Amino acid sequence: MGELNEFSLAVRLFLKSYPWRRIDPVPWTPLRKPLAECRLALVSSAGFVLPHQPHFDESIRGGDPSFREIPCDTNVQTLIETHRSESFDHTGLRHDPNLAFPIDRVRELAEEKRIGSVNRRHLSFMGSITAPGRFVRDTVPEAARWLVQDSTDVALLVPV
Amino acid sequence: MCNQAVCLVAAELERQGVSTVVIQLLREVAERVRPPRALFVPFRHGYPLEAPGDARRQHAVIEAALRLLEDGTRQPPLLADFQHC
Repeated sequence: MGELNEFSLAVRLFLKSYPWRRIDPVPWTPLRKPLAECRLALVSSAGFVLPHQPHFDESIRGGDPSFREIPCDTNVQTLIETHRSESFDHTGLRHDPNLAFPIDRVRELAEEKRIGSVNRRHLSFMGSITAPGRFVRDTVPEAARWLVQDSTDVALLVPV
Repeated sequence: MCNQAVCLVAAELERQGVSTVVIQLLREVAERVRPPRALFVPFRHGYPLEAPGDARRQHAVIEAALRLLEDGTRQPPLLADFQHC
């Protein structure tokens, strides 16, 4: 299960002393209508890119704060996983990207009318960002604006 | 780090009027970072929806997350545990 014990001693010590960013106050947008009428977008931090997109840059100290747009009609098997962390097993993600970017599952939910629709685009980050200043200041507000422009109602966010 | 990254994105989305739910693999991180709505899942890192190639089990996790969105009785930060059916 997801526990600190999964990691090496060095990683555990880093995580124990890491100054996590506390969200305060906690913002809150209640659901305004039934999910069956909502447009849903996915946000994944597994570092997925499409074949024509640049990979996330492992050389950036503190982590690459950029993001990639993944269109809604993407064949999930074309996604390339570029997460830089060596602290977890990547086998499952490479076998089935739905594990952290469940676009096939979301399409099925729309077909079943559990949700209203699938947004036209989704967001992919590489979540190994130890210094999130630029990420929070620049990248995240821009990414959020994209989904607001799309009239997205709800977002499902999946880390690895 | 991945857990924190999605929490920070969720917070900004909520500020801009989008309802969110995040999957979390480390309870300690969710408790410290405090995303608005989080579903803690007891799976290994790299396996947030538990099972590659298993649509039924992936749907079970997603459905639990969607139910948090629909729960109008709770206040933020909302952290719930995934329960196997």
